[in-house]
Amino acid sequence: MASTSLDRKPRLLQALDILSALLMLGTIYMVFFYAPMERVMGQVQRVFYFHASSGWVTMVVLIIAALAGIIYLIRPHKKWDVLAVACVEIGLVFAFICVTTGSIWARPAWNTWWTWDPRVVTFTILILVYMAYMLLRQGIEDPQRRARFGAIYAILAAFTVPLTFFSIRIWRTLHPVVIGSGSATAEGGFDMTRPMVWTLLFTLLALTVFTLTLLWHRVRLGWLADKVEELRMKAFGR
Amino acid sequence: MASYFAAVWAIMRKDLAAEWRSRQMVTAMLVFVVLVIFIFAFTLDIDMLTRRQIAAGVLWTTFAFAGILGLNRTLATEGERGSLDGLLLAPVERSAIYFGKTLANLFFMLVVEIFTLPLYALFYNMSLAQPGLWLVLLLGSWCFCSVGTLLAAMAAQARSRELLLPVLLLPMALPVLVASVRASSAFVNGLGMEYASASLNILVVYGLIMPALGFMFFDFIVEE
Repeated sequence: MASTSLDRKPRLLQALDILSALLMLGTIYMVFFYAPMERVMGQVQRVFYFHASSGWVTMVVLIIAALAGIIYLIRPHKKWDVLAVACVEIGLVFAFICVTTGSIWARPAWNTWWTWDPRVVTFTILILVYMAYMLLRQGIEDPQRRARFGAIYAILAAFTVPLTFFSIRIWRTLHPVVIGSGSATAEGGFDMTRPMVWTLLFTLLALTVFTLTLLWHRVRLGWLADKVEELRMKAFGR
Repeated sequence: MASYFAAVWAIMRKDLAAEWRSRQMVTAMLVFVVLVIFIFAFTLDIDMLTRRQIAAGVLWTTFAFAGILGLNRTLATEGERGSLDGLLLAPVERSAIYFGKTLANLFFMLVVEIFTLPLYALFYNMSLAQPGLWLVLLLGSWCFCSVGTLLAAMAAQARSRELLLPVLLLPMALPVLVASVRASSAFVNGLGMEYASASLNILVVYGLIMPALGFMFFDFIVEE
């Protein structure tokens, strides 16, 4: 089942490596030199591009994880499990980035590192949910059962995380909505000028490509780990 | 359909009968609840007004932890003694086992709540005899048990089962706890339905989605 194409790094992946490196460099240029300085918040507003993009990437990979879980339950094949784990691991990293950059921004904008805003809390709970996912997987030895439980937990999470958001949303919200319509109580919102929009779009693109590259690497790593396990079983008979 | 409900009923009765013989778990849950109320009383040494405001939060924190004790017990021990295998051999739908277990857990949680409310009212000198609050307790506990039973069935098959359940359950049950506390608080503070309805809606949605997911997934959890 493990094809030989796994042994050598695929051409397309090499190309993606280079492309994401270039895009990330481009992002740094766009964010720090091309995007104009925001009048009220100044330099710190630049963290917003990374913040929004990493939030977006987190959502995308975690939705993929839940979808991979659904497919796994219908058609149990190892590859869906490998994909789901890859998504969750990468999602966790970007979720941390998102919360940390948000915190850095919140200090000057809201005058506090932390606030009990629905989005902020939901995102942190999301991190806890997926850390629990990793712990659950660690606690189960049988690979098929681990995959099944992981799939179910990821699907449950896809339902409870939005509900967490709505349950906290009943309180007022502080988080600005930069894209779409804002709320009256939001603090620290701003109108984006054209170069800001371009910078945001570029950052979104760059981080998405970067994430897909990472995802591919991680899936490949999962496959190789499986193969090593198989060879070990063959060699030591157990 | 009738046989399905009969199976659910039988499994619930089996759990209740097993508990009735020893009364170990519910006793432990009750003692635990009383202890927690006392600990809160000493650690949150506060005035009457604040006490009323935080009553809902204290109650639900207590119930959630007591509920975890019960959930661990009804499913983890089943795995330990290997009696889960026996249960799975029974010629009934697997999801009937899930609903039977959920109802049994709900029953234990409600027993603890019915015992706690008058005690809490007595210790803190406030009236908790409000039908609205009881509705929230019923709904919130149903939500908590429906997701808890599902996750406990998973945790029971993992290595560090008792440790794992709270970590798996609490972040998942957060919407239940937030909504329950909000709704209960509205009733305890005499604000009534108007303030509780939004939170009640969340509980209703959760209380429908989670059992539906449990119905679909329980098969995969207990499958060998």
